[in-house]
Amino acid sequence: MPRDTAGSDADHNQLGEHVNEPIVSLRDVSKAYTRGKQSVPVLQDLSLDIARGDFVALMGPSGSGKTTLLNLIGGLDQPSSGQVVVGGQRIEQLGRGELAKWRAANVGFVFQFYNLLPMLTAERNVELPLLLTHLGKAERMKRVGIALQVVGLADRARHKPGELSGGQAQRVAIARAIVADPTLLICDEPTGDLDRRTADEVLGLLQTLNRDHGKTIVMVTHDPKAAEYATHQHHLDKGTLVDPDDGAVT
Amino acid sequence: MKHLPLVWAALWRKKTRTILTLLSIVVAFFLFGLLQGVNAAFNRGVELANVDRLVVINRIALTEQLPYAYMAQIDAVEGVRGTAFATWFGGYYQEPKNFIFAAPVDIDRYLAVVPEIVVDSAEVDAMKRTRTGALVGIEAMQKYGWKVGDHIPIHSTIWPHGDVNNLDWEFDIVGTYDFPTDRSQTQGMLFNHGYFDEARLYGKGTVGWYLVRVQDPTQAAAVAKRIDALFANSPNETKTQSEKEFSQSFLKQFGDINFIANAIIGAVFFTLLFLTGNTMMQSVRERIPELAILKTLGYSDGAVLTLVLFEALLMCVIAAGAGLALAYLAFPALKNYIGVATLPWPVIGTGLTVAALLAALVGLPPALHARRLNIVDALTER
Repeated sequence: MPRDTAGSDADHNQLGEHVNEPIVSLRDVSKAYTRGKQSVPVLQDLSLDIARGDFVALMGPSGSGKTTLLNLIGGLDQPSSGQVVVGGQRIEQLGRGELAKWRAANVGFVFQFYNLLPMLTAERNVELPLLLTHLGKAERMKRVGIALQVVGLADRARHKPGELSGGQAQRVAIARAIVADPTLLICDEPTGDLDRRTADEVLGLLQTLNRDHGKTIVMVTHDPKAAEYATHQHHLDKGTLVDPDDGAVT
Repeated sequence: MKHLPLVWAALWRKKTRTILTLLSIVVAFFLFGLLQGVNAAFNRGVELANVDRLVVINRIALTEQLPYAYMAQIDAVEGVRGTAFATWFGGYYQEPKNFIFAAPVDIDRYLAVVPEIVVDSAEVDAMKRTRTGALVGIEAMQKYGWKVGDHIPIHSTIWPHGDVNNLDWEFDIVGTYDFPTDRSQTQGMLFNHGYFDEARLYGKGTVGWYLVRVQDPTQAAAVAKRIDALFANSPNETKTQSEKEFSQSFLKQFGDINFIANAIIGAVFFTLLFLTGNTMMQSVRERIPELAILKTLGYSDGAVLTLVLFEALLMCVIAAGAGLALAYLAFPALKNYIGVATLPWPVIGTGLTVAALLAALVGLPPALHARRLNIVDALTER
């Protein structure tokens, strides 16, 4: 269910760590894409801190730079300038290979269209991040089982994505995101393709992962109702963070 | 190996396309197995040719005879250890498809020059005592169900006896012989030159070719020159070659088998390269978002490249293995034509190596493409 007061109940995580310590810290981050000979600025001198254990909703109109910001935090893209520190690591300084390793160990991803591999069963999809570890098959399958249980889909382990509903597929994607036990979950419009009821179920699940399992979640959404599940909301417009009430840069 | 289910599933993402591609590779390697197997069977005779034996033929052509009188002269050439002779009989049993390499010889001389032949001395004696006696190779005995003591008719396509229309000869099997170093040599029979020479209507006093065993293999070329010099400017000039050269030139009568086989295989693989390469490219193009997801999850550029290459390798090696297995199973049916019953293992080894090479060639471009994928662009399919 949506939170009553954003941020009021998240002072400590499960392990008793202080949750206000920033896990994500962006300083003067700019990002521009090159289209032909033109440079298109997307983010401009953006600074942002996200505390460990927060559930942050990034909101804003289309083209405001939400997904770009999310990609930078998740290590999927590199800034044109500025610092991106996640979990104490300057990830903008990492090479492609190091960044891949870093993502595998630290971040789970959930996308709007689930992005499951259609030819693999749910459990094989969830197992994918674990194939990059040194875990044996038995241990991998045990963890896959737990992850599927957490999202309530243990009985659908052998089903392929095409045999699942949208909500179930998104739960499998969430199981895949948490199976390697990352600190940070990056969710790009996780309910954008779901009906209201299913969206609430998925958001409830994310809230549980945040509250009960201490996951820091950064979620991009257009949906104000979805944003209500977050502990903090940030609004972007034209590549900068703004106050949602007056549009002033925050 | 933990990625095998992922690669296997990717391979079968489009079942029909994969089956058709696999079938084309299977057929190509089946053809490869058959042609290279035939090629290897032909070359086997060349490889097994003895280094200390020379073959003396008529310079004009192999089909032209040489005088029997040459034997004593060759025997006297410096460096010659022994001389034997044989003549092409062109024989078959009952039907033309039952070709048998039947050769009239002086058995003592022949065994002295071809010591690889294993035969019981009592049976050699029996052959010498029996005018129509013949020693038959063990595979020929088995093939036609003959046994020692049988009286067999052999039809010659060349040599009549009695009258011009009588090409049927009769022999009594007095023994068998083996040729352990090359079993394909046991599909023939040896019989008395004396019987043959007396009975044939023409060509008396001639032989088809001489086999010369030299004392020192390193001097074989010099001995060959001496023999040819001996008969230079005579009505029947000779051409003396090592047994290996002779085998090669004999095979060239049928055409350059090696070239023909390689040309066909080359054309097939050239086509296969484009077909399979295009399929792999298409398959990877369709999976760009999926490959981007793997990268998102932490798969490095190198890991994605390896997965695509592994997929190509799996497809090519499995299909090539199936094609070569089919060729292996089909090979016994060719025994009557090429004399070898099994697909040689080196051909299978070469086939699998070619499959791996094919996989590398068709897998590398899409693998490099996958390696270069930018996650953000790929996820948004920009």
